[in-house]
Amino acid sequence: MKVGVLALQGAFREHIVTLEALGASAVAVRLPEQLGDVSGLIIPGGESTAIGKLMRTYGFYDAIRQQHGAGMAVWGTCAGAILMAKEVLDALPDQEALGLMDIAIRRNAYGRQVDSFEADLDVRGVDDGPFRGVFIRAPWIESVGDGTEVLARHDGHIVAARQGDLMATTFHPELTGDPRVHRYFLDSVIGA
Amino acid sequence: MTESGSTTTGTLRVKTGLAEMLKGGVIMDVVNAEQAKIAEDAGAVAVMALERVPADIRAAGGVARMADPTIVDEVVKSVSIPVMAKCRIGHFVEAQVLQSLGVDYIDESEVLTPVDEEHHVNKWDFAVPFVCGCRNLGEALRRITEGAAMVRTKGEPGTGNVVEAVRHIRTVHDEIAWLKGLRPEQLFTAAKDLQAPYDLVKWVAENGKLPVVNFSAGGIATPADAALMMQLGCDGVFVGSGIFKSGDPSKRAKAIVEATTHFEDAEIIARVSRNLGEAMVGINISDIPDAERMQERGW
Repeated sequence: MKVGVLALQGAFREHIVTLEALGASAVAVRLPEQLGDVSGLIIPGGESTAIGKLMRTYGFYDAIRQQHGAGMAVWGTCAGAILMAKEVLDALPDQEALGLMDIAIRRNAYGRQVDSFEADLDVRGVDDGPFRGVFIRAPWIESVGDGTEVLARHDGHIVAARQGDLMATTFHPELTGDPRVHRYFLDSVIGA
Repeated sequence: MTESGSTTTGTLRVKTGLAEMLKGGVIMDVVNAEQAKIAEDAGAVAVMALERVPADIRAAGGVARMADPTIVDEVVKSVSIPVMAKCRIGHFVEAQVLQSLGVDYIDESEVLTPVDEEHHVNKWDFAVPFVCGCRNLGEALRRITEGAAMVRTKGEPGTGNVVEAVRHIRTVHDEIAWLKGLRPEQLFTAAKDLQAPYDLVKWVAENGKLPVVNFSAGGIATPADAALMMQLGCDGVFVGSGIFKSGDPSKRAKAIVEATTHFEDAEIIARVSRNLGEAMVGINISDIPDAERMQERGW
């Protein structure tokens, strides 16, 4: 299975390493034409404003929407989750999101870097005990639409959600070395 | 580090984690809210709030200190991307002040005048993460030992001349390659020669990389300079004077951002390099007296 990782900016290398450890073939995507033959796409953590501007310059917004329409699954982590949302709270005035997922997400919801944290999470679909969530200047998901399933909460806030072949996590599974969320994406979200 | 239930802040993983999120990006020096907005709009992943950019610090001479908190506040309020600020080498009170202002990263920087010629800040004392400069592997590992969650090669700040940045990234990578080729008993001597702790030296020898993100800094002035540093293997770039000392800061900033992402695509680098206006006037390193070379600061 071939999975793309959007490699405009951010922690894309760690996603690639984790996918390859699980036996998937991972490709760093820097131009829209590279999306043609991937079954899934991960939009990594990074700065959502920086990634969004590069996405616009290189025509990724339409390309990702089109490929998703043609069956490509999409998973966004942190900045990637912001980019997938229908509604972004505390966004920059001209900040554009893909609007794929029926979620409202709040940028920098917990505060500044000194408020970044780790916590154990129970993630639906991820077995064998708690998953260590690493939250870096993270957003939280303020609300989800009817067709969207909540996968995890922390302190009452939604931190992971899924809608068919779309998934958003506000934390960073790629920084933990624990491949269980990646395995869930490969086994259950791609092809859903 | 603060713990409540299973929730913990200030861990090494959340400190290094922010640096991981900055990778492949450009961090820009700014001196006011207007410049910070230009940087954010151009796609900077973070800004460095300063009172003067390094080229002006160099020109002004005298003692360079932490920026006035008013400037840091102004920048923090004006953008939604992470804000970094510089403290003097060894000045842990400036670092305490910057942490209290809510900056996201502190740069213990040779661009400012050091206050302690033997000791750097004990960065483990802080919840906010630190980035520090290095010219070689030993210096990088000493800073990591002191708690730096990110390093950057120093280059020679405020010159618009990337020659020292190239020297430093090559030195770090050559020394990592050398360590990888050593036999176990040689690593003890290597640690002595590098003046770095054995455990970190052994980790680098086994993993073939630094344990934290390494950006490049000091002298980057063009999109091609940024792409050069990326091709030489750094994780991202700091651009100090190169943007706001140039003819068209907004256009140059965007061009450097694109070249940093597409660092292996010469056609894109060529396209974004067109009609950028005047680059900053550079300085030849040989024209700088030894005592004024900022890279020599740090121990």
